Amino acid sequence: MIRFEDVSVTYDGVPEPTVAAVDFTVPEGELVLLAGPSGVGKSTILGAVSGLVPHFTGGTLRGRVTVAGRDTRTHKPRELADVVGTVGQDPLSHFVTDTVEDELAYGMESLGLAPDVMRRRVEETLDLLGLAALRDRPIATLSGGQQQRVAIGSVLTPHPQVLVLDEPTSALDPAAAEEVLAVLQRLVHDLGTTVLLAEHRLERVVQYADQVVLLPAPGAAPLLGAPADIMAVSPVYPPVVDLGRLAGWSPLPLTVRDARRRATPLRDRLAAHTPPTPTPATAPGTTTAASAPAPGTTTAASAPASAGAPGADAAVPGAPSDTAASAPRPASRLRLRRRRGAVPAEDGAVVAEVRGLGVRRDGVRALRDVDLTVAPGETVALMGRNGAGKSTLLGSLVGLVQPSAGQVRVGGAVPHRTPPRELVRRVGLVPQEPRDLLYADTVAAECAAADQDAQAAPGACRALVSALLPGVTDATHPRDLSEGQRLALALAVVLTARPPLLLLDEPTRGLDYGAKARLVAELRALAAAGHAIVLATHDVELAAELAHRVVLLAEGEVIADGPTAEVVVSSPSYAPQVTKILAPQRWLTVAQVREALA
Amino acid sequence: MRRTPDGADAGGDPAAAARTRPAAVAPGPRGTPGRSGARRAAGVHAGAWWVWALALGVGATRTSNPLLLGLLLAVSAYVVVTCRANTPSARSYAAFVRLGLAVLGIRLFFAVVLGSPIPGSHVLLTLPEAPLPHWAQGIRLGGRVTAEALLFALYDGLKLATLLVCVGAANALAAPARLLKSLPGALYEMGVAVVVALTFAPHLVADGRRLRAARRLRGRPDRGLRGLVHVGLPVLEGALERSVALAAAMDARGYGRTAEVTPAVRRTTAALTLGGLLGVCAGTYGLLTAAGGTYGLPVLLAGLAAALAGLRLGGRRSPRTRYRPDAWNPRSCLVAGSGVAVAALLSLAAARDPDALHPGVVPLVAPALPLWPAAAVLLALAPAFAAPGTTARKEPS
Repeated sequence: MIRFEDVSVTYDGVPEPTVAAVDFTVPEGELVLLAGPSGVGKSTILGAVSGLVPHFTGGTLRGRVTVAGRDTRTHKPRELADVVGTVGQDPLSHFVTDTVEDELAYGMESLGLAPDVMRRRVEETLDLLGLAALRDRPIATLSGGQQQRVAIGSVLTPHPQVLVLDEPTSALDPAAAEEVLAVLQRLVHDLGTTVLLAEHRLERVVQYADQVVLLPAPGAAPLLGAPADIMAVSPVYPPVVDLGRLAGWSPLPLTVRDARRRATPLRDRLAAHTPPTPTPATAPGTTTAASAPAPGTTTAASAPASAGAPGADAAVPGAPSDTAASAPRPASRLRLRRRRGAVPAEDGAVVAEVRGLGVRRDGVRALRDVDLTVAPGETVALMGRNGAGKSTLLGSLVGLVQPSAGQVRVGGAVPHRTPPRELVRRVGLVPQEPRDLLYADTVAAECAAADQDAQAAPGACRALVSALLPGVTDATHPRDLSEGQRLALALAVVLTARPPLLLLDEPTRGLDYGAKARLVAELRALAAAGHAIVLATHDVELAAELAHRVVLLAEGEVIADGPTAEVVVSSPSYAPQVTKILAPQRWLTVAQVREALA
Repeated sequence: MRRTPDGADAGGDPAAAARTRPAAVAPGPRGTPGRSGARRAAGVHAGAWWVWALALGVGATRTSNPLLLGLLLAVSAYVVVTCRANTPSARSYAAFVRLGLAVLGIRLFFAVVLGSPIPGSHVLLTLPEAPLPHWAQGIRLGGRVTAEALLFALYDGLKLATLLVCVGAANALAAPARLLKSLPGALYEMGVAVVVALTFAPHLVADGRRLRAARRLRGRPDRGLRGLVHVGLPVLEGALERSVALAAAMDARGYGRTAEVTPAVRRTTAALTLGGLLGVCAGTYGLLTAAGGTYGLPVLLAGLAAALAGLRLGGRRSPRTRYRPDAWNPRSCLVAGSGVAVAALLSLAAARDPDALHPGVVPLVAPALPLWPAAAVLLALAPAFAAPGTTARKEPS
């Protein structure tokens, strides 16, 4: 169905080809997964199938790509529209019309299908994707998972033989991702659609793939094979494969079920060990004691693993003047102080405190009666569906969102009433799109601006960048960095002000396993150095690796708050793969198992 | 704003209001979620709503009687509240009402500050008058403010505000994007461009907000002019990137596919369109000059016909079809007809009885409600009973 014959693509102004020696065939009716680290040209290969590369992006394509017998060299994307359906990374930039039903019909209108055929297919697709209840809704009001389904539906209605998807689940919560993957399964099984998809989160998709195309490195020839064979040699692999490699299982299991059936001996070996329970490096009790005399010593004294902490060794909780306030105060005085805006931290054991927080946005209750406390050195993962209120909660912690009820205090200050210049020294947020934080043309200029914004010593930000991103030169444009590097740069910019509380919104979106591992190491070091970290994420594996505590949100309310092991083990959607495989034992990550076996 | 059958019937007959009430209480068969769309349930062509609303606007320009204008406003508001679908553009009505109020305010402000040529004897207050140089003769700053001048400005401003609110009603009842869909095939691409531009503005606003928030995260003030300037460039960059992504997506979905047409058809299309447009130009010129009174109209009409034929023929090049196009059904005729009737009757009344429709301000008199023009305005309520029931549907959440 899709045939690449010795294809290489070279973009204008780049000396090396982005992909080279691509030569494989995707037979009809198969679901093929394109895997590989970031920057190896997965999107380029996907674009070549729909003809957008090179017709739309420019560059030179050598070799030949044929889809359903049509050569993309002679057929423009619009002439391939009836055989290839393409959904890009961001469904929002895909929509042409504003309501669901019109969007589903748009592609068919362009192809000139008869009105009665269009009507029938729209109804069928609404049912197939479970969108019937949303048919009149403006697309902008839908959740991420719903938008992704509408985007898939909108390319399905012309009945393409090939479906090309670029990271269809990376922005979705686990349940919504399963929903989308179930739809793809159904298309492959019932309609014989050929699906080619790229995805970083292999743990979600690899078990559905018939074949895997692995791009091991930029410019290297791709490998094509059965998922288990490819996973044995792949530089990117999901936790289940990691565990399989560790235990020496062959063939490698790809699903939790396969792994469980083989895991009995491993469970027996592990029975003698108890899974470690991750605890904050800084116990709250010691902080209270230490913070009163000299806040600067808190982290230095209680950071045993701060060896890798890049320049964040002196994260001072709260303002320098908090020495006076160490004893807990009656509630009435709290309220009095709150009105004054920036006040020193009452209690050194708490970096942020949220009490009975309610937020209304456009008449919708985004948060309701939320309580949350974060202690220094603690890592908290906020999880929950798309639209459950995770970002809103982070926003209210940095004062972007004004609470309609309850109170929020970060380092003793009320975020939305504190001037930004003050606030950056108490709390820092890395937004979902790290690029939003970066304005300058070069890394050096960005660092200089960050030093100035944070009133830090010149060179403070650059030192952080050098630690987080070794090898990035001053003259690099932030736009030319990879997704992971950009995140690290934004992180460095935020850390320049040394906020005791660090917030991250969906940090692993678009990161491959390597970049994710680096991020985990960085965040661990920061937590060990006494930073409190709150991250909103859909990535259960990340939460399992990092978080001491998991807070589950649903419909704007906290529905669970407890140690990671307790919260995720009991939940089928939020349990990481290792937990599912080794249940009833409470192991969360492969690293824990590896340590226990060593 | 839910429908208010009691408060908003604005002099309409109570029996009719009662008839609509059951629909408001129980959604009825029309209101079952999952059934065909709200906008389709009404079954009224978008063009019909625009004709109705613009005709009401034309009617408003025929009179300056505040009672008639108020009646027009009430009637259009009632129909909007009863008939609008639950779409984002339907919520723009309030914005138009505010715009109308602003226009009224500005008109009154100018009448107070700059004075008015209306002679009047009832002086309300005297503002200090600023002496102006001789070259600014005829302009007055400050001075006497008379009740007559204020009243005249009020009537005048109300007329303009009513016109604006009528446009707002059209906007709320049928989004302009929906209207553009009814364009002939050859103009389709222009329509898409407008639709994309219309959805683009909200994205820009959202981007701007996000980036201002990001400025705050960097510890810079997020308010003030400088904040806006710094955010401007990234917002434009983001907009550009999004449009490129959208263009790619549209291309991959078959936008701009063309059908093969014979060279003969292509040439005929070009000739008809060009000739037609030239004809329209020549005809208009003929109509406007005194000498061309004889050939003006026929040439204009012939040119128009040729251009339309060219457009129709040009549509053959595009293989597009329409998904559930708005149908011009009897209901649409009724809606459009009721609006046109109001405009026609008010024009007739303005010609036959100008005094009733333009109450004088010198001497000061209380305006009276002319009976049969008022009855004519009530005709515009017809759509509320012919095509109601779209707001009774609750949005499934």
